[in-house]
Amino acid sequence: MALTLNHLFAVIMLSGAFSLVSAMLFVVMDAVDVAFTEAAVGAGVSTVLMLSTMALTVRIQKEKKKPIILPIVVICLVGILLIYGTLDMPNFGAFDSPAQLHLGSKYLDITYKDMGIPNVVTGILASYRGYDTLGETVVVLTAGLGVILLLSGLKGRKNKE
Amino acid sequence: MKHHLILKVITKFMVGVIVLFGLYVQFHGDYSPGGGFQAGVIISAAFILYGIVMGLKNVQKVMPVWFAQKAAAVGVLVYALTGVFSLIFGFEFLNYHAISPEHPKHGQHYGIILVELGVGITVSFVMIAIYYSFAGRTPRLDDKEW
Amino acid sequence: MDINLDFIYGHLPYWLFIILMLSGLFIVVSRGNLIKKIVGLNIFQTSVFMFYISIGKITGGTAPILLDKSYSNSDVAYSNPLPHVLILTAIVVGIATTSLGLALIIKIREEYDTVEEDDIQKMDEKDLMTYNKKNVLEFKS
Repeated sequence: MALTLNHLFAVIMLSGAFSLVSAMLFVVMDAVDVAFTEAAVGAGVSTVLMLSTMALTVRIQKEKKKPIILPIVVICLVGILLIYGTLDMPNFGAFDSPAQLHLGSKYLDITYKDMGIPNVVTGILASYRGYDTLGETVVVLTAGLGVILLLSGLKGRKNKE
Repeated sequence: MKHHLILKVITKFMVGVIVLFGLYVQFHGDYSPGGGFQAGVIISAAFILYGIVMGLKNVQKVMPVWFAQKAAAVGVLVYALTGVFSLIFGFEFLNYHAISPEHPKHGQHYGIILVELGVGITVSFVMIAIYYSFAGRTPRLDDKEW
Repeated sequence: MDINLDFIYGHLPYWLFIILMLSGLFIVVSRGNLIKKIVGLNIFQTSVFMFYISIGKITGGTAPILLDKSYSNSDVAYSNPLPHVLILTAIVVGIATTSLGLALIIKIREEYDTVEEDDIQKMDEKDLMTYNKKNVLEFKS
């Protein structure tokens, strides 16, 4: 749908709905924390930001026939390569896949002994991978600074000129 | 947005509930799904909702622009100072045992709460500041054109 | 590697995520409108997240919030928490960078008065031509 629609309002609303559906999919795959974040971010904040961008720019995509043969060839190539890559992977939901055997079960084992909290995701996020999270927080702050500089900084300079 | 009476009444009712839920997610994140990232986004969503329905001027009375922009940096500072704190007491950076050396479990618990608080502050105020800078520009469309 | 029904069922989720990812990539490559490109990037990003989470899933497992306080002597299977941690932070960083992209789009719209890619390219080429002409004239004189 997002391919053929020219009305950007509909496209953005559909992308918000897509975020909600993917949050449900995350719940089905046992990632409750991720689903929580995706529902709040994708359906809430991201839709609002895209709508305000649309209000500041254009509402309707220009109708134009572009050649789509080259993109189709490119994505077919990428798709074949990626599917070829999955052929060696273990089955979906396998309990003895390499991803389950080493680090994950170790974290599940030691989190309660070390910290006494039952939510293993929070334990890893804040304590075992504290450096990681510090970096991510700084990235969020930097992106926010970039937006502030881009959108509210230059106005004053233009007026002076 | 001058004539949406129902939206305004419901928003006034909901904003408090959303912020309360955000705080619950923030501080109960060790026991249930949640944590700083989710709580930050939820709290900022409350302010964004208020801003959309009541207008930008009204929400900026509650949360001024300068405050949102400066408080975003305070979160990272809280996070980093937690690490420096443990450095001062002779442990590794971000090793929460330093907070109470005789009870490492308690130290870990306090450390996680502090760090998540820093993350929550940064994320929520960054999102609010981003929303302000998007909404602060005058749009080309009128309300009627929608 | 033998291809039977079990293999196909076990790999079908991965293939569906890959198809979703390709549709996002297709939007990014083939559409000229910059806002639509950002939507395509979002779809791309979310499908990669789904792929990561699906690696950590155990059939019959539950969310990694411990039910009884010790993991080693319980008979509950938990899904792998490590992909959840990585993706949790990636989502929030993703929205922050997406908003940066949207801010850039607004600036582009102010500079060029359009958000269509080919129009921008045409204007750039025109600018370059006039610039070159001016330079050549200056060089001759």
